[in-house]
Amino acid sequence: MSVGIGEAAPDFVLADTDGDEQQLLVGAPATAIVFTCNHCPYALAWHDRLLDVARDYAPRGVRVVLVNPNDGERYPRDSPEASRERVREDGGWPAPYLRDETQEAARAYGARTTPDVFVLDSAGILRYRGAPDADHDEPAENAAWLRDALDAVLAGDQPLPAETDPVGCSIKWKPDG
Amino acid sequence: MPPLAIELLWWEGCPSHPRALAELREVVEELGLDPDAVEVREVATDADAGNEAFVGSPTIRVNGRDIRPPGDEPTGLTCRVYRRRDGRISPTPDPADVRDAVRAALHREAA
Repeated sequence: MSVGIGEAAPDFVLADTDGDEQQLLVGAPATAIVFTCNHCPYALAWHDRLLDVARDYAPRGVRVVLVNPNDGERYPRDSPEASRERVREDGGWPAPYLRDETQEAARAYGARTTPDVFVLDSAGILRYRGAPDADHDEPAENAAWLRDALDAVLAGDQPLPAETDPVGCSIKWKPDG
Repeated sequence: MPPLAIELLWWEGCPSHPRALAELREVVEELGLDPDAVEVREVATDADAGNEAFVGSPTIRVNGRDIRPPGDEPTGLTCRVYRRRDGRISPTPDPADVRDAVRAALHREAA
């Protein structure tokens, strides 16, 4: 199961690091859903760039949501407790960090890696899917592909390219998943 | 040059090993060793990871010594987190660290 470009993305209600439930889609003019985690070097390398996007686009009403889908039992660094501690140590993040405990959201979106970025328009239609930018090792890339996608969606246009290959660690599925 | 046992252990869930191997072979060649002598081994199961004391992909060892000793990191099928010398987090080790580790092993062998 996965969602394609131009298709309606599924909505989910997931718990944040405070245990409060949050809906993914809340009618924002653009939404970036990023499947990510705590232990993957690709996710960590891109992390600050993703938070910068959340800060920079918040004044334009963009909702950035980080979702951790990894099996927290086999990978304790991705447990809800570890995520809570990570956000606390950072003094909070400018985007909610949600727990996809059942991994249903990751499966529904067809997420493959951490990170894997999905940009939706105001109607919840998927407009971009892939990597944040061209090089996890180059901070100056500044999540350019994600920013371009958000700019296009905010302008009412289809981002080009609409898809890039997600790059990162494989999602850690639960054994019975 | 004395022969060194240079190994790269990798796991398929982490896409960093081709780059790590290319950078490792470059360093090995730079130091006058045979880049094709690098032994490349896949770690495929949790049991293999335990047996190999594998703490993540990629792991590079020279004469059995990890180029960035992982301390008490648990073994398992995961991606390793490295820090480049400029502080950036990276899925692959800094080539300068790889070079230093191979050089140090050469010095130990020559001593």
